Amino acid sequence: MKARADRLLALAPKRARMLALPLALIVLAVFYPSYVESLRGITVVGDFVPSLGSMVVMIVFTMMAVGLNIVVGYAGLLDLGYVAFYAAGAYTSAWFASQHFEDVSFHFGAVGVRSDLPGIHLSIWLILILAGLFTLAVGIIIGLPTLRLRGDYLAIVTLGFGEIIPQFVRNADDLGGFDLTHGTFGISPIDAPGFGTTLSDVLGLPASYQQSFDKVKLFYLTALVLLLFTVFCSVRLRDSKLGRAWVAIREDETAAAAMGVPLMRTKTWSYALGAFFGGIAGAFYASFKSGAFPSDFYFNISIFLLCMVILGGMGSVWGVLLGGMILGYLNVEGLATIGTKLNEGGINFDPTKYQFGIYGAIVVLMMLFRPTGLIPERRHKREMEEGVHDQPLYDSTHE
Amino acid sequence: MVGWVLIGLLVFWLVVNVIKEPGEFFNVALIGLTNGAVYGLVALGYTLVYGILQLINFAHGDVFALSGLFASTVIISLFGLDESSGVLVIVGGMLATLVIVMVLFSGVNALIELVAYRRLRHAPRLAPLITAVGMSFIVQNVSLAIYDVNYRDVPNFIPRTDVFSIAGVHYTWNKLAVLMITIPVLALLTWFVTSTRQGKAMRAVAQDPEASAIVGVNVNRTISVTFAIAGALAGSAGIVYLLQFNMRYDTGFELGLIAFTAAVLGGIGNLSGAVLGALVIGFIQAFNEGLSWNAPGSDWTRSIVFGLLILILVFRPEGLLGERTPEGA
Repeated sequence: MKARADRLLALAPKRARMLALPLALIVLAVFYPSYVESLRGITVVGDFVPSLGSMVVMIVFTMMAVGLNIVVGYAGLLDLGYVAFYAAGAYTSAWFASQHFEDVSFHFGAVGVRSDLPGIHLSIWLILILAGLFTLAVGIIIGLPTLRLRGDYLAIVTLGFGEIIPQFVRNADDLGGFDLTHGTFGISPIDAPGFGTTLSDVLGLPASYQQSFDKVKLFYLTALVLLLFTVFCSVRLRDSKLGRAWVAIREDETAAAAMGVPLMRTKTWSYALGAFFGGIAGAFYASFKSGAFPSDFYFNISIFLLCMVILGGMGSVWGVLLGGMILGYLNVEGLATIGTKLNEGGINFDPTKYQFGIYGAIVVLMMLFRPTGLIPERRHKREMEEGVHDQPLYDSTHE
Repeated sequence: MVGWVLIGLLVFWLVVNVIKEPGEFFNVALIGLTNGAVYGLVALGYTLVYGILQLINFAHGDVFALSGLFASTVIISLFGLDESSGVLVIVGGMLATLVIVMVLFSGVNALIELVAYRRLRHAPRLAPLITAVGMSFIVQNVSLAIYDVNYRDVPNFIPRTDVFSIAGVHYTWNKLAVLMITIPVLALLTWFVTSTRQGKAMRAVAQDPEASAIVGVNVNRTISVTFAIAGALAGSAGIVYLLQFNMRYDTGFELGLIAFTAAVLGGIGNLSGAVLGALVIGFIQAFNEGLSWNAPGSDWTRSIVFGLLILILVFRPEGLLGERTPEGA
């Protein structure tokens, strides 16, 4: 007991150093709304500072990337259909916090909604949990039959699901006369979150985001909390027994199985938990945008998220955070800003038109020259350098 | 068991359609045959590369689209083929276009392999697969940069009039032209793979790269040749696609996925399987979109094709003609 306490004490300074940078970043992020406007006021440089609204979008996509990292980074399963989980989450919001189901009228904890409005209106907080669980179930349903397949077959099956689900959403406005998704028009408006008047009076939490003057700021802070929650879970999962099993599978499936790791169950968990966070992010984003539209869920989003993971470093949470924020920024504001600047400089080139070409080039360059990403995970780096004993692609000169 | 019930229902659905509207059924079947031929040319590219590298070359569909767009430039700007051209000019022009496009795109595809995949020979399997996805977007954006977002087509220099017309079933010249290009290309490919030294080397590397290296096969060159052939096939597919439809920079994405499904359906790595799978997919798509009795319609084509892909991968990953692979075990 004493030895353990001593060891922990000895580690304390190291731990403090390790925590210092994340804590500083969190503090900077929490106060971002208060200094963003002065940053944006700086000449030239200020144009490149993302607005608060853009930050919300960036954080939501980063959150999905952290979720995808559980599947791709930890367990080494290439998922090219992650957008399906995003869609599942978004439509959970759409079903349970809008007037879509006009025939029923059910209110529970919803704020900022007149109680005589038709449709199902649940509290957004409840919906975030529901969306996570629903998406987790979707992940298990997709995962169970397909996770038996290895590597590239799995990639193509997930790609298939990623294509089917958006088309299903587009076409599901008439399933035997039942309108599930309102087709191409999507479902809107979706209720905004809030804590209700009671909590507002007691704890000072905002009663309703929709009716607040600081709407975007509130969404930003909520997104930040959700992202921190995701990162926390992700780190804890990585260091858990389950996380070690994922890495074992990633490195050598056969050896992992021989050591008693249940392959199917472990893989399905990675799939389901990765999906869970995608669902929450999707549900929150739908509430922020106040709508869920099938045009949002196309294949490129899956690739975009994958690109974040690759750029940051597969398996490295901090890397994925960095990669997610960089690419998220480029996607929401950066490329457009660069295009405007180029235009002002007399160069007629619109980078937003070629955004996926740019992301594709980033992926290829990273894979060729720095396959471990911007902030490599230690273990993954070793795998890349020393090779793994999983079946190599085509190894004719080695060994 | 469930599989047989599904197949039974499918056959029943087709039979009812034949009885109700025989003319429509056979017209639709001819469309399916033509589309299947185009898919087959693209699917062969996937299957050749997969057979030799176990790599899904996602960029292949986009190489196909770029080749088709380029072919439209050759046909319109270089040869100026249109409705008024004489028969000899059309035949000569088409042959010349085929040669130019196939040669150029065999080079393009071999270059893609050289730049993007060769360095990753010893990397974990995920690495080249992800690179292939990235390459797909790069090639797609090259098409976008050159040809912009507009759809391109070529004049109807091969008439869309009937070759024959029996009892309301029409077969048009432009459909026949597709087969007139596809069949010789397939014959040439078969000859190359089965009867030349290089073809033999390709089959050897596909079976066991290490062992073929030991007996003196130049593995790298063989892989380059395989990519070159796949590129040439994509080039020919781009031309025949153009004879029927218009296309733009992102046409290759969806068509590539359909063609890949065809390759998996037939048994990936298996050449005749790819053609068979492509014909099956071509028919399924045409029947789904063209038949009038209880067909889900074109809104659902994608879901049906990918649903089929998932079912095959889950229940019969070796495909119709393939052998069992470790990936599917």
